[in-house]
Amino acid sequence: MIYIHIFIMAGVTYLVRMLPMVIFKKKIESNFIKSFLYYVPYAVLGSMTFPAIFTSTSSLYSAIAGTIVAIVLAFREKSLLTVALSSCLVVYIAEWILRLTNLL
Amino acid sequence: MDTAKLSNSFLSGIKDGIPIGLGYLSVSFTFGIMAVNSGLPVWIAVLISMTNLTSAGQFAGIGLIKASAPYIEMALAQLVINLRYSLMSLSLTQKTDKSFNTLHRLILSFGITDEVFAVASGKAHEIGTKYMYGLVTIPYLGWAAGTLMGAVAGSILPDSVSSAMNIAIYGMFLAIIIPPAKKVRPVLWVIILSVAISFLLHYTPYLNKLSEGFIIIICALVASGFGALVYPVEEVAK
Repeated sequence: MIYIHIFIMAGVTYLVRMLPMVIFKKKIESNFIKSFLYYVPYAVLGSMTFPAIFTSTSSLYSAIAGTIVAIVLAFREKSLLTVALSSCLVVYIAEWILRLTNLL
Repeated sequence: MDTAKLSNSFLSGIKDGIPIGLGYLSVSFTFGIMAVNSGLPVWIAVLISMTNLTSAGQFAGIGLIKASAPYIEMALAQLVINLRYSLMSLSLTQKTDKSFNTLHRLILSFGITDEVFAVASGKAHEIGTKYMYGLVTIPYLGWAAGTLMGAVAGSILPDSVSSAMNIAIYGMFLAIIIPPAKKVRPVLWVIILSVAISFLLHYTPYLNKLSEGFIIIICALVASGFGALVYPVEEVAK
């Protein structure tokens, strides 16, 4: 049931934001939990990105081109918007070339 | 008007929220396209954005909805993917001024995203509720509007364009994780470990039967646990 899925998504997402803000008024003591939470976003985003990024477009080759551009621009600390749109543009151009050469 | 008051006004929050909102337009546009491509109606895509306000969680969520995943898996996946917000909320409680009573906390905590947190915690002064309401307004509207446009355009756009736009969210993720990984070596190791486990779970026979949600959970628990054990935060956050 789709509404239950959405309710669970929204509910859990709200609770993880709301509970700490409402309950905690002082600093976390456990260094392990502090450290764990510090690393969570990186681990989550890393595993969400790979290998999914390689199958996100119509062709592995265009995906690799987009990935390389995204990594290079991110390494140069370009904004989220610049990195995201540049990789889209590169994928678009790569697939246009692939189509011209009948590889797609 | 002194600077402390200025930084606590609704308008100054709105102003700081505009670049975030613009950035959200393109990402939520992609979300709208992907949601419709995976078979969801336009208004469901918008409903998800207006009730969740989170990129990674929503993208994982539509995958789980599409797969008719068990509710417990949806809950666990959202919990792990969005656990970082707990840390941000917690951190912001150290930054808020006396105007943050329980009611304001109940409402404003909904608007905490990676970027909102980044801007709010970067402020030199304590944060007031007026500023915070201003800060979350434009990102929230941008997130909803982008989703609507993407969901509507998704069925009109040629395949070549929507294929190219599917990579946007991953480009954004890379833009979030690579700069810190460059500066903080343990962050790089945690990412490499997480990505390695992700590849392993996706391509090893039998293990690749695990669902997307659980793969993310396992990667996050193992890699973050490794990071916390081997590189505790005090040695990292200098």
